[in-house]
Order: sequence, then C-alpha cells, then structure tokens
Amino acid sequence: MENIKITLMGNPNVGKSTIFNALTGLKQHTGNWTGKTVDTAMGICKYNNKVYEIYDLPGTYSLFVHSEEERVARDFLCFNKSKVTIMVCDSTLIERNLNLVLQTLEITKNVVVCLNLYDEALKNDINIDVERLSNILKVPVVVTNASKGVGINKLMEEVEKLAVKSINESFITTYDKDIELSIEKLSKHLENKKININTRWLSLRLLEDDKTLIKSLNQELNYDIYEDDELIRLLDKERKEDINEKVVSQILLNAKNITEACVSYNNKNYQERNRKIDKILTSKITGIPIMLILFLFVFWITITGANYPSELLSNFLFSLEEPLYNLLSFLPDFIRNTIVYGGYRVLAWVVSVMLPPMAIFFPLFTILEDSGYLPRIAFNLDRFFKKCSACGKQALTMCMGFGCNAVGVTGCRIIDSKRERLIAILTNSFVPCNGRFPMIIAIITIFFVGLNNTFTSSLLSALLLVLVICFSVFITLIISKILSKTILKGMPSSFILELPPYRKPQYLKVIVRSIIDRTLYVLGRAVVVAIPAGIIIYILSNVYIGSLSILTICTNFLDPFADLLGLDGVILFAFILGFPANEIVVPIIIMAYMKSGVLIEYESLASLKEILVNNGWTILTAINFIIFALIHFPCSTTLLTIKKETKSIKWTILSFVIPLFVGISLCFIVTSVYRLILLI
Amino acid sequence: MCKLNEVPLGATCLIKSINNDIGIKRRFYDLGLIPKVEVTSLFKSPLGDPTAYLIKGSIIAIRREDAKKVEVELI
Ligand SMILES: Nc1nc2c(ncn2[C@@H]2O[C@H](COP(=O)(O)OP(=O)(O)OP(=O)(O)O)[C@@H](O)[C@H]2O)c(=O)[nH]1
Ligand SMILES: [Mg+2]
Repeated sequence: MENIKITLMGNPNVGKSTIFNALTGLKQHTGNWTGKTVDTAMGICKYNNKVYEIYDLPGTYSLFVHSEEERVARDFLCFNKSKVTIMVCDSTLIERNLNLVLQTLEITKNVVVCLNLYDEALKNDINIDVERLSNILKVPVVVTNASKGVGINKLMEEVEKLAVKSINESFITTYDKDIELSIEKLSKHLENKKININTRWLSLRLLEDDKTLIKSLNQELNYDIYEDDELIRLLDKERKEDINEKVVSQILLNAKNITEACVSYNNKNYQERNRKIDKILTSKITGIPIMLILFLFVFWITITGANYPSELLSNFLFSLEEPLYNLLSFLPDFIRNTIVYGGYRVLAWVVSVMLPPMAIFFPLFTILEDSGYLPRIAFNLDRFFKKCSACGKQALTMCMGFGCNAVGVTGCRIIDSKRERLIAILTNSFVPCNGRFPMIIAIITIFFVGLNNTFTSSLLSALLLVLVICFSVFITLIISKILSKTILKGMPSSFILELPPYRKPQYLKVIVRSIIDRTLYVLGRAVVVAIPAGIIIYILSNVYIGSLSILTICTNFLDPFADLLGLDGVILFAFILGFPANEIVVPIIIMAYMKSGVLIEYESLASLKEILVNNGWTILTAINFIIFALIHFPCSTTLLTIKKETKSIKWTILSFVIPLFVGISLCFIVTSVYRLILLI
Repeated sequence: MCKLNEVPLGATCLIKSINNDIGIKRRFYDLGLIPKVEVTSLFKSPLGDPTAYLIKGSIIAIRREDAKKVEVELI
C-alpha cells in the first residue's frame, strides 16, 4: 500500500516542528523564533498499521506570495498533492492564524485544524469554543500541547478519518458579486483544461495576475496560460485593478468574525510578565550590556567546563593507540605508521579538543534559542544593520553561524529582500563557527591569559572571546556597508519581526538532543575529514625530495608571503588543508612543526604553548592567527551551501574571495604597523 | 490623526489607513495590522529604533520608516 501524504502548515513559530517530531520521532530542530525551519523535512509516522509521510513546511503568514518561503509553501500545497493538510495554529493568536486557514481552505478542503500551544491559551484565560469553530469551518478542530505530547493521538485520529473519507464541503470565503461572477466565468474555462487544482482558487489568482503562480504552473504542470488565447481574452475582460485588495480584506474580515464568534479573551493584560522581562532585556541602559554578559556567561561555562573532559577524552583515545598499532602488525611499517600516527592521532586530537566545548556550547545556546531571546538580539541590533543598509534578521543568521556557518547561510532565507539576503550570506563566515571556537580559545588562553587555570583566568579568556566576537560583528557590519555601497547597492528594505513570548525551555530535551545530535555529527565529520587529512600530512612530511620533505617544501614556499601577514608557511598551509573542516587546522600545524610529522598527545595547553613558541610564535603571530581564523574563507561545506542557496557561481566565488581578501589585508596591516612600531 | 511612529510609548491607537506601498501593506495585513485595529506602542530598541507594538496579542517590531506609512488615530 502506498504511503499517505500529510502536510503540516501554519504560521511561523506555532509548533509545527514540535508536532512533526512528536509524530515521527525525528529530531527536526525547533526554536522559539520565527523562521527556525527554512527547509521542508519529511518523516514517517505509523498509526493504526498505516504509514503516513509527514511533511514539515517552513512557517508562512499567508499564501499570497511575497517571499520564497511562501512560494515554497503554496507550491507544495498546489502541486505536491497531500492527502490531508494539518493547519497548526497558535491558540493565543487565533485570528491571525485563521487568516491562513481560510486561505488554505480555498486550495484544499481536506484540512484538520490543530490548535497548538493550548496550554498557553488556558494560562492566559483565553476561551475557545472548539466545537463552534469546527462547525463554522466544517473541518475537524483538535487542541494540542505538542511539547508535552498532549492531543497528538487525537490529531492522528482525525487525520486518519480524513485520509479514509475526504471532506467535500468546508467553509469557503464568498466575495463581492462581480468578483464571484468573474470567478464563475474563469472556472468554467479552466475546468475544461483538466488541471488538478481547485479552479475557484486558480481563477482568483489569475484574476489577481499572480506572476509567481503563472510561472509555477508553467514549470510544474507545463501549462503556459499565455498560450491559452481564450483564457487571456477572458482575463483581459475580467481583470480589475483592486481585486487583490478586496480578496485580502474579505478573508481578513471573515477571520475576524469567526474569531469573535468562537474566542473570548477574559484577561486583557495577559502578557504582563513578558512585558516586564522585555523592559529589562531591551531597555536603553541594560539591553546591550545584558546581551554581552549573557554571551560572556555562555563562553565562560564552555571554557571552564571543557577543560577536564578534554583531558579525559585525550587520555582515553591515546591509550587506545598502542593496541591499535599492535592490531595492525600485519601491515608494512610505513602504512601502519601512516594510519596510526597520521590518521588516528589527528582523529583523537580533533575529538578530544573539539567535542567537549561543542557538547557544552550547543545545549546552552539551544536553551537561549528556546527561551525566545534570539529575536530580541535582532531587535536590539537592528539599528546597526539598518545603518549598513542591511536587515536586522542578519543578527539571527549570525547567531546560527556560531553553530555552523552552513546552517547560518541556509537560515538567511528568513530575510525577504534578495539584496539583504546576499549580504547576510556573503558575510556569514565572519562569525566563528564551532569548528573555529576551540582554536581561538586555545590561542587566547596561551598567549593572552596565561595557563594558571583559575577562576579569573577562565573569566578573562571568556571576556577576550567576547571581544573577539564583537570584532567579528564589527567587521561584518563594515563589510555589509561596503557591499551595499558597491556590488549590492540599495536602500534598506522593510524590517518587520515578531517577538515571540518568552517560553520556559525544555531543558532536558534540549540538552539530551543537542548533545546527541552534535556528538554524532562531530564524530562523523571528524572521521571523514581528520583521518584522511592526518594521513596526507603524515605522508607529506615523511616523503623526501632531496633532503627536504614535501611538507617542508610546501611550507617553505609559502613562508615569504606568510611572513608579510605575520604568520608562517605552516599556518597558511594548515588553513589551506583545513578547507574541508577548520577543526583540523591546529593538529596539522603541530604535526608540521614536529620534525617527524608526528602529532603529540594532547596533554595540556602548556605543551602546545611550548611547541608554538619553539617554532617562533609571538604575540603578533597569535593576533594574526586569531584574525585569520576569524576571517579567511568559508569551509567547503559552507561554500557548497552558498552555491545551493544563491544558485550562482559568481556569488559563491565572491563569498570565497571577499573574506580572504579582508583577512589578508587585516593581517598585513596589523603586521606592518607592529613592525613599524618596533623599528621606532 | 498622526503616523504610527509618532505614537508615544504606552499609548494605544486605532489604525486608519496604510500607505499604498504594496509590499509593506501586504506584510502588515498578514500580521493583522489592518484598518480599524487597535495597536499599542510598547517599547523601543536600546538604540531607539525599531519599536515593538502590540497587535492583536502578538508583539511585532517595526522600523520607523515602515511605521511612517501607517496613519493612526490616538484613543
Ligand atoms: N508551551 C508550549 N510550547 C510549545 C508547544 N508547542 C511548541 N512549543 C514551543 O514553541 C516553540 C516553537 O516551536 P517550533 O516547533 O520550532 O515551531 P515551528 O512552527 O516549527 O516554527 P518555524 O519553523 O519557525 O515556522 C518552541 O520553543 C517549542 O518548544 C506547546 O504546545 N506548548
Ligand atoms: Mg519549524
């Protein structure tokens, strides 16, 4: 039997992904802000021996298309015929959500309305007459509290019913007489075309001259309306100026009337507590300092918390080395050494140094995200972005970039204006991702704080890290400004952002999930990248041409240029080899410094410091290393994502060249100034 | 009559009309910002712009330039 297709639709931030997870057992990321999901996800749900394919769409406010997400959602409804559509609504914002429900009912009648966040409605004394709502809309209405799993069974019960027997008659919006007449005429014509789309709805869109739909019709169904002479003639006659305005208003009016009939708000001041928190978190005096302190706090916990587990992991992984070496005794010596001292050691290094900070940072950050604080960051910083003719939502995409720049780049879809989205994409890699955090922290600690592991020193490290982040935000703003004055010229477009209510994060779920997700992800990536990189480096440093190893030849070649940047050939070479994943940069540097090309065991930062200093590192090298780690080129994964998102080679190349140019220039300037001062 | 951006913090107003800038008008409509609806100005960003408004139970941040396009009447 074929799987039954179910679509989850609804406004942003109403809990679609949470319901999706409850239904499918999958781990689609959720977060308390508009635009968390930007890609469609599919999962399988088994219910009463039937298999359902569930699709989680990005949230949309309406189906009148003015952004990419809305086009995706609408086209999905039109062309990917699903059997049942679940309309997820925020029970505290019925009227606005009904607007989308009414629009959807024009395309498909087989709808289950799901009033999610019902707990919040109850808490705020909002009374919803569910039965009445169901009677008016003529579709089933279910109440749920998705994060607790309440009502999910009932929801599937209704879905099952509609999957067996579709609804043929649901609530439909009626318009002015003359619009209805036009619809009738067009429908008659369209019905003969045997298009598998609701003709009433299609007529309306054609009357409005919805260009995006006309394009999609052509692409998806091979139906070019411009070749349909009779239709064009009809449209010429029937089309009126303000038809769209009338249609929109009528739907809004209906949503309002239905809400008034079914919902009563008993407590007018229900968001009092939220309002108080907002007064503190966004006020003129405390808003930005609190933001900085929050970041400081998160980094501080990450830095202090990661130390000990790193050592444990390292001891454990390196203790496995000897057994592994013995196990491979059947191999020729060179291959055995390459695998163990090359591949395995880099892997062990990457895992023990990278994993603990990630396993701490991610849950903390997700808690922040779940609480609803991220949109406030965008709200607090929007003015800066406006000054650079960019969009405040860029701050959100930068926050995603802390986790992974590729995720940040995909997240840029929440920015409507194409110009502003490109700016956000091109500058996203200035935010240090998790692969770069640990090395920046290590260098900060070694060269600027000192190795006596005390309370104050870890706080100082965190403080410096916050400064580094501020620097990267500053660079992002400057480059955004330059871009919008040059190749991406334009005025700031509108910025409208919803600030969701603060919600208590689901601590346990968040912690468990982000650790497990990330752990697996990082381990996977480490294995895929670190092992071959380790092997390559080992070979390069142990194969000699004349008296020099290939590695030395390469780094010697880069040395003169690197010296201008206050770096050395080894560092540059490591960044080049780190293109697939920045995690491997530091281990490669160490391997190259060790004469034998063998990575030392990660014992402590002290041993790392010794190696670096012995190889000529100074404060200047450290500064330039941090600058270059922040600003060089995006990793290969990010670059591929940029290619996918922009669908353009030109922008992909620019996103590589711009940071590289900026990074090299900055290092060069810093080095020159530093050396000039030393001369004087 | 005044513009939405001129509404003092804490005050509530009634929307009269929205400037005929089609892009922004649609966005406003989607969020429930339509004529005859009550809007309360809540708080400002630390840097003075944008401002957060309470519209039908949800809080929406709007930049000054965009708020200028909305005619309102204080109540
Ligand atoms: N109190 C409460 N919180 C919920 C409920 N359902 C979801 N949430 C929370 O609401 C927030 C938004 O949930 P998501 O599932 O990410 O929302 P979404 O609709 O997928 O959002 P977008 O992907 O941005 O469109 C999360 O912080 C959830 O934990 C609920 O029934 N009750
Ligand atoms: Mg989602």
